[in-house]
Amino acid sequence: MAAYRGSLLARHGRAGGVTGLHAGPSRRRAQAAGPIASGQRAGNSPAGELGVAPWVAVVGLEIHAQISSSSKLFSGSQVHFAAPPNSLVSFFDASLPGTLPVLNRRCVEAAVMTGLALNCSINKKSLFDRKHYFYADLPAGYQITQQRLPVAVNGSLSYSFCVGGKKNQMVTRTVRIKQIQLEQDSGKSLHDDTRSQTLIDLNRAGVGLMEVVMEPDMSSGEEAAAAVRELQLILQTLGSSQAIMAEGQLRVDANVSVHHPGEAYGVRTEVKNINSIRFLARAIDYEIQRQIKELGNGGTIMNETRAFDDKLGCTISMRDKEGKQDYRFMPEPNLPPLILYDTKSLPANVNHRQVVNIDWIRERLPDMPSVRREKLVEQYGILPEHSFTLLNEEGLVKFFENVVRQTQMNPKKVIGWILNEMLHRLNQHSLTIKESPVSSLFLADLLNLLERGTISSSAAKQVLEELWNGEGKTPLQIVKEKKLERIQDQQELEQICQAVMEEHQEEVMEIKKGNRKVLNKLIGLVQRTTGGRADPVVVKQILEKRLS
Amino acid sequence: MEQKPLPQKTLTVEVLDHLERLALVDFRTLEGVQRLEKAIQFADQLHAVNTQGVEPMDSVLEDRCLYLREDNITEGNCTEDLLCNARETVEEYFIAPPGNIPLPKLNERDTFLQVSE
Repeated sequence: MAAYRGSLLARHGRAGGVTGLHAGPSRRRAQAAGPIASGQRAGNSPAGELGVAPWVAVVGLEIHAQISSSSKLFSGSQVHFAAPPNSLVSFFDASLPGTLPVLNRRCVEAAVMTGLALNCSINKKSLFDRKHYFYADLPAGYQITQQRLPVAVNGSLSYSFCVGGKKNQMVTRTVRIKQIQLEQDSGKSLHDDTRSQTLIDLNRAGVGLMEVVMEPDMSSGEEAAAAVRELQLILQTLGSSQAIMAEGQLRVDANVSVHHPGEAYGVRTEVKNINSIRFLARAIDYEIQRQIKELGNGGTIMNETRAFDDKLGCTISMRDKEGKQDYRFMPEPNLPPLILYDTKSLPANVNHRQVVNIDWIRERLPDMPSVRREKLVEQYGILPEHSFTLLNEEGLVKFFENVVRQTQMNPKKVIGWILNEMLHRLNQHSLTIKESPVSSLFLADLLNLLERGTISSSAAKQVLEELWNGEGKTPLQIVKEKKLERIQDQQELEQICQAVMEEHQEEVMEIKKGNRKVLNKLIGLVQRTTGGRADPVVVKQILEKRLS
Repeated sequence: MEQKPLPQKTLTVEVLDHLERLALVDFRTLEGVQRLEKAIQFADQLHAVNTQGVEPMDSVLEDRCLYLREDNITEGNCTEDLLCNARETVEEYFIAPPGNIPLPKLNERDTFLQVSE
């Protein structure tokens, strides 16, 4: 969108015009009391006494994932992110009279895959409905969705996150999936405040969406973020959605309420306009605190929709003067029920292109992230936390396995180099693993030199630094050039240690008094003298022997 | 136009206001409301049929097979054709008003439904 908005601004370029255009948050769903997030009962929770009774937050999520397909849900126009306005629009998408919806099989398969991956029951019969509301980017005046009987129900999603002061304890939780339904996306509105008008681009109108409704089993922004992250990984693994939040392929709305334990659930608000997983956690936590503060001050919470402002870090009421929406759900008269089959119910002599076989899809599901993590832990003996970090970065698992394959070093030690040295540097320079200046081959070579004792670990770090600067030299070449080979001569090492000890009598006294920590300082000094070519373990042994 | 008290207990002013708001129609006169009532009475005749144990039919297509299309790009690229129907366009965008303009509340509207003092 940005490129084309640019041309509009260029032509009408006035100071006001530049700031005037913005894609505002969807303003139509003004009310939050729809058929979503069951279990949350609207009811005022009594204003708690300041600081006395504890508060419990209840968080439910509605997630819209754009289906990764070539064409749209009910029409043959292309699905593509950036394109000239209204160029990827068919007559049906524009809701011209006389057009009819035709269901895209790929979208059905994507929904079934996702349902199976989330442990849902797949409804062999599901129905399409119309949800009516007026908004300029919804040309038909209704959205085709699955309100009565969606394609998948009653699933679950397990997610993990780190707790504790040092964030090194992994906690695993589960959130129930109420349902997954197929529905149409709407077009895009660009608000032009200066000229008091809205620009409508229907390229996105009719793109297939999977709406994943989670039960309100979560209670914090952190949990919600972890759950969404895991869902994102699952969708990307399946390929049913690329789930890139920044491109609007994954949109999350959060329903938040607070109450005192043992009492009725509080009034919930719906928070929209969240553009990243980080903002999701922040928005939810802010809303929880806002509600607690409001109730603590004797106020009440309104059942309303609020937008998250990421610059201010707060939620703002989107209360529309329209009041409660009546969606007037009705069955979609132009679409018969969607029937799915499994191997048992598959009719004979059927055109395979006209059926979706749940078992066929299930057999071809790839390993889910949780399974991949387990396999990594089992195969390489790394910690569960490590497996999470590996899977979180695209391409990192492959890199890790490539290194492991080419080195004698124990994978448990290799992982340290991957996470602490490589990933750290990549993050510092904002690079992906694919853009890494150090290849898996070179890293493996380096680790082999270390394993064989040719160089010390401090020398290895120096070599890595050189490799990172990417002059094309192999690790061995760098070692030779910089004379980083480990000092093997025991006598030479003893002499150096003796010299360092003599130069630092104070420290020696400290150690002899019992302050063992100062020993590390001496080891460091020896290392500096040798330019990192001494094995720290051997140096420590020598020093300890001399200090005893 | 005379303001007459509204008949029929079931069709409250709230319901009529709700309908006017949703469908953006204006009942205008008592005759308009009466026509609506007659239509409802006509439809209510359906209640005379005993539908106990009968599955509701929501589409005459219920026995048909839902045709599944291959995921190929077969349409689109007709921007000009689409835009030529619009009254206002700007650089290949449709132009719409800034947002939904809500119907004023009942007591702020000039409508037949306003109950006279």
